[in-house]
Amino acid sequence: MRPQVSVQEADFDVGAEIAALSAGRPEVGAVASFVGLVRDVNDGSGVRAMTLEHYPGMTERSLTDIIEQAKRRWSVLGMRVIHRYGRLEPTDRIVFVGVASSHRGDAFAACEFIMDYLKTRAPFWKREETPEGARWVDAREADDSAAARWAEDGTGDAVDESWEEVEQRR
Amino acid sequence: MTMKVKILYFASLREAVGQSGEELELPAGVETVGALRAHLAGRGEGWQALAAGRNVRAALNQRMAGADVPIGAGDEVAFFPPVTGG
Repeated sequence: MRPQVSVQEADFDVGAEIAALSAGRPEVGAVASFVGLVRDVNDGSGVRAMTLEHYPGMTERSLTDIIEQAKRRWSVLGMRVIHRYGRLEPTDRIVFVGVASSHRGDAFAACEFIMDYLKTRAPFWKREETPEGARWVDAREADDSAAARWAEDGTGDAVDESWEEVEQRR
Repeated sequence: MTMKVKILYFASLREAVGQSGEELELPAGVETVGALRAHLAGRGEGWQALAAGRNVRAALNQRMAGADVPIGAGDEVAFFPPVTGG
């Protein structure tokens, strides 16, 4: 059986990954996928390359947790997440998410949910090489709000709030 | 009784404190993730990156953890900036 989650330095074959999600499974009617790529510009600076650091062990665990949550929320028949680490250059693939389902609605939703949660929960950090020197990428508030909109109880997403915000509310 | 924990630092925080991890005997009174963070921030210099007001996240045994989560012998505690993968 193919693993659902891979954290690896190597590139991946998008076509093969999409094909594998429905191979030999006539009940699959839809496969939605997302591919994240390294861009050559970010926050106004040129990006020559980036290095992705991660937390081995927690990374795999958090991605598996996210997949399990998606499985509980939508009717999915197969899921696959691949995230690369190490040094990557513009146009390189960073991340792949694929979801197979009977119908497109669940496939689209689960795919977007996995990406939104991955952005705020999976322990990866990007360091960019720019003409002005290397810099750590700052987390974006837009990523927090993208993840928060999936909250089932409508109270937002405490995991993504800063430590201080949580403490202040006590 | 010995109360050793493993502490890990990642990304910009790892650079600020000048190490990727350590084993630490928990001082008396340090019983939560938040108390450990405050204790470490008190080491001065680069450790100020862990001070209150800085945007720091924590994990206990590889799961995201808030400041009031209790810690004990054998735990793995990690401190890092907000994640930026994907």
